[in-house]
Amino acid sequence: MSSRRDFMGMALGGFTALGGIAALYAMKRSWDPLPSVAAAGFTTVDLSVAKENVLNVQKWRGKPIFILKKTSDMQADDRDVVVGRARYHVSIGLCTHLGCIPAYLPAEKLFRCACHGGEFDTSGRETFGPPPSPLVIPPFKIDGNKIVLGEEGPEYLKMKEAGLTA
Amino acid sequence: MAHFDENAKPFSNRWLDDRLAINTVKKVLSTEYWIPKNINFLWAMGMVLAATFGLLVVSGIFLLMYYKPDINMAFDSVNYTIMTEVGYGWLWRHIHGVAASLVFLIIYIHMLTGIYYSSYKRGREMIWLSGMLLFIAFSAEAFSGYMLPWGQMSYWAGMVITNLFEAGSLELTGLVEWIRGDYVPGDAFLLRFFTLHVLLIPLVIMGLIVFHFATLRIPHVNNQDGEDIDFDEAARLYKEGNKKESKVIPFNPVFLSKDVFVLGIYFILFFYLVFYHFDFAMDPVNFDPADGLKTPPHIYPEWYFLWSYEILRPFPKDPGLIAFGIAQIAFFLLPWIDRSPNVAPAHKRGLFFWWFWILVLDMIALTVLGKLPPEGIYNTLGTISAIIFLLLGPALILITKLEKKL
Repeated sequence: MSSRRDFMGMALGGFTALGGIAALYAMKRSWDPLPSVAAAGFTTVDLSVAKENVLNVQKWRGKPIFILKKTSDMQADDRDVVVGRARYHVSIGLCTHLGCIPAYLPAEKLFRCACHGGEFDTSGRETFGPPPSPLVIPPFKIDGNKIVLGEEGPEYLKMKEAGLTA
Repeated sequence: MAHFDENAKPFSNRWLDDRLAINTVKKVLSTEYWIPKNINFLWAMGMVLAATFGLLVVSGIFLLMYYKPDINMAFDSVNYTIMTEVGYGWLWRHIHGVAASLVFLIIYIHMLTGIYYSSYKRGREMIWLSGMLLFIAFSAEAFSGYMLPWGQMSYWAGMVITNLFEAGSLELTGLVEWIRGDYVPGDAFLLRFFTLHVLLIPLVIMGLIVFHFATLRIPHVNNQDGEDIDFDEAARLYKEGNKKESKVIPFNPVFLSKDVFVLGIYFILFFYLVFYHFDFAMDPVNFDPADGLKTPPHIYPEWYFLWSYEILRPFPKDPGLIAFGIAQIAFFLLPWIDRSPNVAPAHKRGLFFWWFWILVLDMIALTVLGKLPPEGIYNTLGTISAIIFLLLGPALILITKLEKKL
């Protein structure tokens, strides 16, 4: 009786598929970042010691973070982090093309990526080469003279809503 | 039940044949597996590849005994323990490095031979496709292996290549972080690529090699004249003793002995490189330990990936990725974009001959430009070479449609 055999086939196939999907889900989850990695700490940086036109590189979740105190002749930008009267450029220091770390050239006042020649100005906006978007601004919170990376403060949320962070 | 000879001595030929049909297997796979006579040394490349893969497995097993897949220990386990402490550790590493590089040289020769002699079509499509799958598997094996010494080039190549999965403007950051198991390449990343490199991908490669051999058995290998040989007739002549008149030889021992000769020549070159010029396969930048906060001034892949890397580089992000994607699958399509009915060497196929050599020269140009820094005239030349590569596909359709039947 073929309908009975069909039923057996479908039942077996169905349960096998279910098990297969469950196994795939387990495999997917095994490759997810571990909780300890995902919860990787917050980095706090004291901005009061920063010098103008000197790039400070910090590490946050394994990525380099650029902190550049702007000089008065550098153009102000809505992407700047303003603390008191000083303006800072804060971004994840990975080229938005393929993730190399651009170098800061203080004399020319720009970032240049050695991999494929992309350039960014002191607001992190792309000015030359293959990068498709500005340097990404990490989540931050201003705490007095300090900046906490990884926490979403009101200034960050404002920038994010205006679509300025990426 | 089949008839078993009760008097056969255990493990004698008769005894084994009753149980395993070894005589039939031997005939099918070796003594009556017919190979055309009109072939040249390029037909030995398959066996050269199999032997090189064997060396990779053996040297890999010994490296595995001292390698430590941990971001704090990997670099020293390779550069200190294996290279200076382990007896002949340097030998395994240099064999592994040189073989990993040469295996791609031979793969490219093997592929270009197939293209030159039209060995990918008219019944031989599955040989070509299984070969292309092997190429992909070897590429994955090479990339995952390159991560293991955890030097600067390992780290940054890992960063750049995994970033490709962001797929440009699709910004699939989550996918990239899932592949890495971290925000940046770290311990999870190193361990999973280690697992793929030493277990999963080698298993896939071994399976594919068996499959690649199997795809060859029925259509048989092509020959250098593209001649459509009647294998039954040729085999009959050979078995009757008319070996001179027959157009074929058996795989074993006749063809295999020729293979072994070519292998001998190849191993002279191979071990010359292992002992005297291993440095060509060892990038000096990778002798600096990985540092996530310092990009090397110039990131480039190993030479065998340069041509496809150079197709990615000259374009803006999204078109670059699309071009790169096309380059990766283009060769899979070869049996179908070649519209000509001819199975013949390129020098008998008119414009196809020129197409073939333009392809070779363009791939060499892309390889050279991929290594040079992305500045000035190199950018322009890179863009031109990449565009030529992309145009070669449609050009082939046109050329082969116009080709006259031989």
